[in-house]
Amino acid sequence: MNQNLTALIPELALLGAAVIGLVTGSWLPRRRQWIVAALAATACTAGLTATAVTMATGGEQTVFSASFAVDTATGIGRLIVLAALLLVIGMSVETVRNHRRETEYWVLLLMSGGGTLAMVGANDLLMLFAGYLLAGLPAYALAAFAKDARGTEAALKYYLLGALLGTTMLAGTALLYGAGHATDYAGLSKALPDAPYGPVAVGLVGVLAGLFFKIGAVPAHFWVPDVSDGALAPVAAYVTTLPKIGGLIAAYRLLHQALAGGDVNWPLLLAIVAAVTMTLGNLAAFFQTSVKRLLAYSTVSQVGYLLMAPAVATRSELAQKSLLFYLAAYTVTNLGAFAVVTELPRARALTDYRGLARSHPGLAAVLVVCLLGLVGTPPTGVFLGKLEIFSATVDGGFTWLAALAVANTVASLFYYLRWLGPLFATTGAAPAAAPAAAHAVLGRSAAVTAYAAAALSLALGIAGQAVLTLADEPLLP
Amino acid sequence: MLSVVTFLPLLVCAVLLLLPRTLPDRAYLWIWTGTAAADLALVVALWAGFDTGEGPRYEERVRWIPSAGVGYHVGVDGLSLPLVALTCLLFLAVAVFSLRERRRVRAYVCLFLFLQTVCVGLFVALDLILFFVYFDLSIVAMFFVIAGWGHGERARAAALKFFLYTFTGSLALLLGFIGLYLAADPHTFDIVDLTRANPLAGRGTYAGLVLLAIGVGLAVKTPTVPFHTWLPPAHTDAPATGSAILAGVLLKMGTYGFVRIAMPLLPGSWRHYALVIVVVGAVSVVYGALVALAQTDFKRMIAYTSVNHMGYVVLAVGAAGTLAGTDAQARSLAVTGAVTQMVSHGLITGALFLLTGVLYDRGRTYAMDAYSGLAAHTPRFAAVTAVAAFAALGIPGFSGFIAEFQILTGSLASQTIATAVALTGIVITAALFLTALRRVFLGTPRLPDTMPAGGVADLRGTEAWPTVILLAVALVIGVAPRWLLDVIEPAGRALTGLVAR
Repeated sequence: MNQNLTALIPELALLGAAVIGLVTGSWLPRRRQWIVAALAATACTAGLTATAVTMATGGEQTVFSASFAVDTATGIGRLIVLAALLLVIGMSVETVRNHRRETEYWVLLLMSGGGTLAMVGANDLLMLFAGYLLAGLPAYALAAFAKDARGTEAALKYYLLGALLGTTMLAGTALLYGAGHATDYAGLSKALPDAPYGPVAVGLVGVLAGLFFKIGAVPAHFWVPDVSDGALAPVAAYVTTLPKIGGLIAAYRLLHQALAGGDVNWPLLLAIVAAVTMTLGNLAAFFQTSVKRLLAYSTVSQVGYLLMAPAVATRSELAQKSLLFYLAAYTVTNLGAFAVVTELPRARALTDYRGLARSHPGLAAVLVVCLLGLVGTPPTGVFLGKLEIFSATVDGGFTWLAALAVANTVASLFYYLRWLGPLFATTGAAPAAAPAAAHAVLGRSAAVTAYAAAALSLALGIAGQAVLTLADEPLLP
Repeated sequence: MLSVVTFLPLLVCAVLLLLPRTLPDRAYLWIWTGTAAADLALVVALWAGFDTGEGPRYEERVRWIPSAGVGYHVGVDGLSLPLVALTCLLFLAVAVFSLRERRRVRAYVCLFLFLQTVCVGLFVALDLILFFVYFDLSIVAMFFVIAGWGHGERARAAALKFFLYTFTGSLALLLGFIGLYLAADPHTFDIVDLTRANPLAGRGTYAGLVLLAIGVGLAVKTPTVPFHTWLPPAHTDAPATGSAILAGVLLKMGTYGFVRIAMPLLPGSWRHYALVIVVVGAVSVVYGALVALAQTDFKRMIAYTSVNHMGYVVLAVGAAGTLAGTDAQARSLAVTGAVTQMVSHGLITGALFLLTGVLYDRGRTYAMDAYSGLAAHTPRFAAVTAVAAFAALGIPGFSGFIAEFQILTGSLASQTIATAVALTGIVITAALFLTALRRVFLGTPRLPDTMPAGGVADLRGTEAWPTVILLAVALVIGVAPRWLLDVIEPAGRALTGLVAR
């Protein structure tokens, strides 16, 4: 049995930093808790370096009885998760600076990030569930971090839905285990084609239900707008981005590795969920007036596009690279938009953004890049991601789904432009003092994060070849 | 070389953004004018060295995203070089016209420089995704031009409508491109490779659907009936310079797409559905002219004549796909006419839109009833507008006549009825331009109440030069068209051959 711990350096770095940070933080005075943030950033950087070395030296392997795969999808997934964590850390600095529980914030962030990494590489149903819990529980606490009424309500909703669907996921795991006599994907892929149809179908739906909750797909999306609106802006950025990376890569791996054979028609199920998710997310976003709720529903619709790739996991060779690339592009673009929201804590409604192009041209430019990026305007990364994922979907035989996604993209333009329009308004209906107050900025760190995210989003669009080449290697069994 | 022409404006734009904000507005405007002139000089040099053989010239091909089948591939041939030249000339005209602009000049100049890169880039692109990138960016840049420098709150609504319509079209286009990409083996977005491979030959319904997606996307941009409804509000509420670029260059992206992508890449389906395209073209011609006749707003009227003029192009490219009852020479004549019409419409309508800007500047309204006998106050303005109007209605001696004559001659044999119907469009256009001239410039002198105090000034130098030069080029093409036709004709023949295969 391969028990090579060096293959797990990124995961161990995050969890180790969490433990060390918790201990150190309890001895640090309140003014010096930033040391824990520095530790967290160091852990992410170390993880990024280790991942880069692994990918460059061809260190692909499966470890611990093949329950964890270190392959292309894991490598890219780690890069995205760790880079996203760095961005989230960057945009959180001012929000939690000198907070009474600042250390706890960083520790929860690290643990949840570690859980996400565990989901990314999970090659076994039990490993997947462990990752689900480790990614989920700290996130519930983060949602309630501000200890205010809205945050608490959001966290409760998040937790209850997570607990409910976690149970179905565990039940689904049990059913698949019963049907396939194994929990590892290699074993399942051998046994499931001959297993009885009913338990496999029900078990798969159970497991997918948990993953749908994680990524915020319809019908398990109800927590997304509440948590985004109720929690702190950086936490909202976190819960609408990172769990999606973990959940989608895990879903792709599960479907591609364990369920490639057999007669359960999961491609159609996924296609329908994708169609419903993108449509409902867009329709709900149309008339939102709060920017955080609008972004929340926009992330729901983005999950709809992302789910198109797992739907054609076994039907198109383009599925894997399109999923990984879209995830990378979506992550930086979405975080860029949230970084601007974090930077402008007083601007909660769309109308508060009136005239931002004049008062803060840099932030307005970031919003233009990120929101048009989320629509899929070239030359941002999401455009290339959409191009790849639409190609994969048409290639996989779901042309209707690609056409629906195109229609949804057009519809989504409407609400993104509702936000972009006021930025350039010159004659304000509100008194001149009001925008000045709404446009008060938080600090330099969140702004730098916003610029970095927007630059990354553009870079992925223009020089996306690098990621696409990396993402094209096959998965390990 | 082509990359230099394409990216020179963008480079200047980047440099301008780095310069300190204290730079006076005039400096920005003169730098812009200088850049536009330099870019035009480069294109003239390209034209001088252009060799009308088979295939694209000045080709550059660099790997960009090979695993997605996307490359940076540019080149010009007889179909695109005239449009590149038109783009650079129009941007220079607009730059000179803008020398008196005073509103947020820095952003204005940068936006137009960016837009020039995008427009030139689209016409030289030989990769579907590169084409699409420019196609979309042109929409984004024009959205900001209309929303930022248009006429008040209405302009924002018009800009939104423009964006939604053309963006929808662009996504349909993308879906069609993906259809082509997946059909080719190996998968590629390269236009030259796809033209050679003709991947959808004999693919029936699939090819038809791809053509539908591409056709709708381009038809929205062109625009043809019934996808034209975004055009009048966008033009009416855009600034004069924005309208000139929108009509002169951006509309050509749609028609250029037909000759560059739809026809050579989908020849089978193009021939199969040629009749549909011809009908859409003929309806656009007549409908656009009739609706223009009913307008009371001068700028809106010109906007609708664009629908009419673009209708001729669509009619011609449709007729070029009809093999029965015609020969290669007639079809090639129709294609040449279509490209000539694109250039001609860009020159004449660009000038007309700039002139409406002068009208608005003087009287703060476009309503034709508000003016009367303006020729008495502004003889030069009246003269230039009259020349532009006569050029637009297709009087011999101007480029419009050459273009429309070729289109109608080339289409008559194969599509007799549609051509006969389209011919009535010329009569209606003549009527509407003459009526408009009479209402605004002749009769008892009367000026609108919205008129700022201090009397009405005639054309100034910065307003006269751009419009007169655009019309002079149209006149040169009308009188001695060989230098243009010698470039277009070989490409037109090659395209006819590709469609007929």
